[in-house]
Amino acid sequence: MNGNHRMMASKTPTRSFVINPMRRLVDALSWGLAALSFALLIFALLHILVYVFMKGYPALNLKIFTEDTQGIAGGLRNALIGSIVLSAFALLMAVPIGVSAGVYLSEHGAGWAGKISRFLSDVLVGVPSIVLGYFGYIVMVIGFGWKFSLLAGAITLAILMLPYIARTSEMALRAVPQTLREAAYGLGCPEWRLVLRVLLPAARIPILTGILMALAIALGETAPLLYTAGWSNYLWTGHFTHEGVGYLTYVIWSFIGEPYQSAHQLAYAAAFLITLMVLLINISARVLLLKWRR
Amino acid sequence: MRKVMPPIRVPFSWGLGAVAALLPLSLAVIIIFLLQAAWPAIAFNGWGFLIHNSWNLGNMYADPMTVRGIEVLPRANYGVLFLIVGTVLTSLIALALALPIGIYAAIFLAEGLRGWPRMVGSFLVELLAAVPSVVYGLWGYLVLIPFLGKYLFPWLAHTLGVVLPIFRGPLGSGYGLLTAGIVLALMVVPLITASLRDAIVATPLALREAGMSMGASRMEVMRRIILPGQKPLLVGVAILALGRALGETMAVLMVSGNALNSLPTNIYDSVSTMASFIASQLDSAMQDPTGMAVHALAEVALLLMLISILVNAIARGLLWLSGNRA
Repeated sequence: MNGNHRMMASKTPTRSFVINPMRRLVDALSWGLAALSFALLIFALLHILVYVFMKGYPALNLKIFTEDTQGIAGGLRNALIGSIVLSAFALLMAVPIGVSAGVYLSEHGAGWAGKISRFLSDVLVGVPSIVLGYFGYIVMVIGFGWKFSLLAGAITLAILMLPYIARTSEMALRAVPQTLREAAYGLGCPEWRLVLRVLLPAARIPILTGILMALAIALGETAPLLYTAGWSNYLWTGHFTHEGVGYLTYVIWSFIGEPYQSAHQLAYAAAFLITLMVLLINISARVLLLKWRR
Repeated sequence: MRKVMPPIRVPFSWGLGAVAALLPLSLAVIIIFLLQAAWPAIAFNGWGFLIHNSWNLGNMYADPMTVRGIEVLPRANYGVLFLIVGTVLTSLIALALALPIGIYAAIFLAEGLRGWPRMVGSFLVELLAAVPSVVYGLWGYLVLIPFLGKYLFPWLAHTLGVVLPIFRGPLGSGYGLLTAGIVLALMVVPLITASLRDAIVATPLALREAGMSMGASRMEVMRRIILPGQKPLLVGVAILALGRALGETMAVLMVSGNALNSLPTNIYDSVSTMASFIASQLDSAMQDPTGMAVHALAEVALLLMLISILVNAIARGLLWLSGNRA
């Protein structure tokens, strides 16, 4: 009797309801689409990275780092140094301004002035970089008569980085516990001391991460530099105006269109170098943030 | 006894405020200077600028003449409808591709993976946004264009082309509207995936439990309960992605075929966008002795800037209303 009952139970479905096969099909299809979409994106990223590294690595040699570009041959020393110098001066301008703006938005940004500047700096992020470049061309290259120059390029890049740095700094400072502020004010700290000694040290890692991300964006940009930094076959001579500067992304764009193998090799090498730099900065920013959160 | 002047004390926050004001100020300064640079072109072109397909610097070898008090080259004429159309179409194609892929990838990251695979997967998808634009251009030029021109475009023409006329030939060589759209889609998709993934992960557990207890599967909970709740976020992020695609320069410049004065006739036809056109035309514009071509390019830049500001402001406004300060 008991056994008979068990047999009966195994024949009839144990579930009290049956899942409609149509529902199962839609479910399976949705999971399939989700996995496929994800796989497609990962495949595209890996294809880009592997392609650039496979093409770029053989194009690397000592000459790339020790010689300057001669026409469409030679090395990339001028462009490599130019890219670094442009981004460094842009950082030098954008970091103090951006972080101060971030402090203002986080500490005094509750009112209408803060709300408006926050909104406008978000809008500034959305201004196309080529528009910033054309602005730099009209105002600095033509208006100030600086010609294609380091300063025009660096200022344009700095404007590009500013809103990123300001907003990431603001987010970082907001995450600092309110009790730290109360403790500092309770001890009679003036605001500047609170900011410099308490808030900025407490939020230094996320702020640094934001700065690194902005640096990666600036290093990889081409459009804002085309008509501000210009191009030069020579190593940067220390002049801030009246002299063009070479940079790696220009080599990629302009040399790949040339019908010569030597030009293509330089473009591949430049793509390798700039992608490697951007990748390393992104990974270290991510690792830094993860370690800090632990 | 000499009187000691008390030091003038300016509150620290005023200084901070002054520095913070540089951000909105730079936005205003950019608009003012672009407007000033574009003014002669605006006066010369009028509304025709927006509705004609004619970018013509005029006769470079003739003497400049004066039209309505403005010095221009004979037969100079500027109309950028083809740029507006190219910009809007490439961005819309990018969005049409990036939205479904981005949403499904976000579902996979949030529901299909957890722990370190999710972290690594998210990081890799976000890296798509970190790859420099010009590297996308290089990859598009060397890899995507030959592949699309040889395999995908003929296949599309044979399948979709039978039903939809815009997918019919001529196929071209792989440069063009769809190629630019695909590259742009890859560039903006991380924005969609990252925001949606965070929102899905942050969905209250009670909502899932309620759905599950009614007998819904995880995917049904996702499609019927969680995703509809994220509609405002998705609309905002989609518009944000559109804004980013509108202004992309280098990648589009390298894969779009850079059409001049013509509207695309099918989805494979070559196009130009406002951003890529500014980048490609300044060299020749500088040859114009009257400077009108440079002014006209400034007008293009101003137009592009106003469009992106409008699109971004709408996106930020929607996100702000939906409570996402992304």
